[in-house]
Amino acid sequence: MSNQITAKTITDSEFFYGHKACSGCGGSLAVRIALKVLGEGAISVLPAGCMSAVGFNYPHLCFSNNSIISTFAGTASMLTGVEAGARAVGIKNFKAVGLAGDGGTADIGIQALSGAIDRNDDILYICYDNEAYMNTGIQKSGLTPFGAKTTTTPSGENIHGNIRPKKNLFEIVAAHDIPYAATASIGNLKDFMNKIEKASKIKGTAYIHVVAPCPIGWGIPVNETIDIARKMMDCGLWYLAEYENGQFKLNKNPREFSSIKDYLLSQGRFKHLDDADIEILAAQRDAKWAAIRKNWNTTEEEL
Amino acid sequence: MNKPTLRSYQKPQKLSDYPLGTASEAGHLVTKNSGWRNERPIITDACINCLQCYLYCPDGVILKTEHGLDIDYDFCKGCGICEKICPKQAIKMEVE
Amino acid sequence: MTKAFLSGNDAFAEGVRLARPQVISIYPITPQTTVVERLSEMVEDSSLASELIHVESEHSALSCAIGASAMGARTFTATSSQGLLYMAECLQYASGGRFPIVMMNANRSTALPWNIYGDQRDSLSQLDCGWIQVYVEDAQESLDMALQSYHIAENPLVSTPVMVNLDGFVLTHTYETVEIPSQTDADRFLPPFQTENKMSLDNPKNLAFSVGPDNNMEFKYIQHKAMLDSRRVIEETDAKFAEIFGRSYGGLTQDYRIDDADYILITLGSITGLCREVVDELRERGEKVGLLKLRFLRPFPSDDLVAALESAKAIGVLEKDISFGYEGTVYTNVNSVIAKNGLHLETYNFIAGLGGRDISRENIKEIFRHLQTGGQHVNFIGLGVSIDE
Repeated sequence: MSNQITAKTITDSEFFYGHKACSGCGGSLAVRIALKVLGEGAISVLPAGCMSAVGFNYPHLCFSNNSIISTFAGTASMLTGVEAGARAVGIKNFKAVGLAGDGGTADIGIQALSGAIDRNDDILYICYDNEAYMNTGIQKSGLTPFGAKTTTTPSGENIHGNIRPKKNLFEIVAAHDIPYAATASIGNLKDFMNKIEKASKIKGTAYIHVVAPCPIGWGIPVNETIDIARKMMDCGLWYLAEYENGQFKLNKNPREFSSIKDYLLSQGRFKHLDDADIEILAAQRDAKWAAIRKNWNTTEEEL
Repeated sequence: MNKPTLRSYQKPQKLSDYPLGTASEAGHLVTKNSGWRNERPIITDACINCLQCYLYCPDGVILKTEHGLDIDYDFCKGCGICEKICPKQAIKMEVE
Repeated sequence: MTKAFLSGNDAFAEGVRLARPQVISIYPITPQTTVVERLSEMVEDSSLASELIHVESEHSALSCAIGASAMGARTFTATSSQGLLYMAECLQYASGGRFPIVMMNANRSTALPWNIYGDQRDSLSQLDCGWIQVYVEDAQESLDMALQSYHIAENPLVSTPVMVNLDGFVLTHTYETVEIPSQTDADRFLPPFQTENKMSLDNPKNLAFSVGPDNNMEFKYIQHKAMLDSRRVIEETDAKFAEIFGRSYGGLTQDYRIDDADYILITLGSITGLCREVVDELRERGEKVGLLKLRFLRPFPSDDLVAALESAKAIGVLEKDISFGYEGTVYTNVNSVIAKNGLHLETYNFIAGLGGRDISRENIKEIFRHLQTGGQHVNFIGLGVSIDE
């Protein structure tokens, strides 16, 4: 489609630049791309977390658009205030956008997020999911997957890392009957960019859940951030989907999955998993995909 | 083109040099990131200008110019994602 | 100007309406709730043009107000007790960010044990959170301080949030005749909110940033200085208010018959009225007693206290608070002024009214007797049991 956003058509402007994120940081790529799509009218709210820690150290301020750090729990509630305040003072052509990590979204910030969706505030909330509290040094969050080793879910003889599966935040958000929700990955920026573009045009609350690997936390070389994000989709542990008008839609329906074992064992956080652990993850994956293929619209269409 | 830029910075000398509240000019950079790098990416003639490196760079340091792509080495951290994403192996990492 | 028979909460809501806040975040908690009910009705009947946001917690109420203030909008929210404690993180966020939000707090006991009645332990536990703290006495002062608080908070020299405290139930839910100023006069008193401390598309900013050890103390000193400077703004605001509306509250404190008083009782909030009556009664008997109402606890009225207390023989601090393991917080603050200024007088603390315990006329007379006879420094008034076991 001609109106698709591509590397050629996206603005040259950079809104998140000169930041102190770790080398190869997936979260910073998600934020960078999101703001490039949204442009100068973006008013971003970032909670305490990696992206605020690396971008907001007075006098070194790395956002060229209006941006504010919120409390950890307060991304969505501050977004609500920013949106209402901007409208109240007569600002036009702006988009209030939240850029929060997995802990800030699925754990401490979920109440405020739920409230904002319930009010259907005209905001865009983007969760960049790197599957643990990375800013504080890799602790388990509600979005840490089964088996992952973090500093609070160590792997030893008795316990093999995190014992609980990843919370399904996309469907939790969708259950609010939100106008638009989508999953994405920084392994597929074309899909991510166009979902942001679509979400920015939604009147009401929109939510995008983008997987953004953290090389340090995942135990991969810093140049493999994109590869690992792609492997995660290829092996079926992540999927690209949308929720709109009360319907779930799968954007990509792979005929077969690549090796889940290869995906897991290429990362330090999963190195300790044995075949039985991997079998559990494969079974969870298969059950999820069976449900998706049964209940969701799986006709692949361009966005 | 809009982008945060490096400025000269002098530590405030008096109270009135500080901003009101915690609010200051957007996109105001005072330090470079070049010291983080062990290796620097070099774009070679094999480049076909597909822009994948430009798109996937977490730091946004690959710049579109009139004569192809350029790299802002002030802010490149040398992660090497550009080298890996390049479909033509047109980017080489060179030890600093 | 019109007159109406209003509760403290209703009167406060009228004051908020006259201040024309652009964004109001609301969440119920007893005994604050009727304020946000009145404001909701005003939005419904179009007497108030505000964005009314039904947040899902007090933390979100203040977080939302901060977001709106960061866009340059005038904002209001209200809370009480557990709600104030739940938003504690955002209190310091608002003051450190210098967002001039006005919030009403219905003073209520804090759990445990659960109790919905009035005492001042909620707001006094947050005395150090960087907000200007006002304690009002009656419904008229509630309305007037809603309006005055915006004038103080939004002054560029101050740019600090204001918490207006109303004693739960005793003030929030009792009815009095109140003068409601006209909108024209209110607009004459309170200009529209303007600040540099905001985001706009013409002048993009990064807000609420981190500041490391190299600059952090300066930011905190500036915040402290703004609070100290607010003392002058509070007095100027009171004078301007008196000029337009004909009512003055005297600034940071309000005194009563202290000129030749040997024994002065220091109060805050709604108990002041009864204490005034007791002062009159004792004066008739020839006792040289007086009263000093602390209207503001932050900034602390140090100079007013020295001027008011310097020739007294003994003073008492009556407060609905206890800092467990020490004494009442207001007492600690008052003693600090007395020590620093070398005043030679006896000081006594009267802890009363916890969890809504009634403070009677007889209790207050007993307090004045204690000031004259001397005795224990820290006293619990109205305990129903003997503590000598």
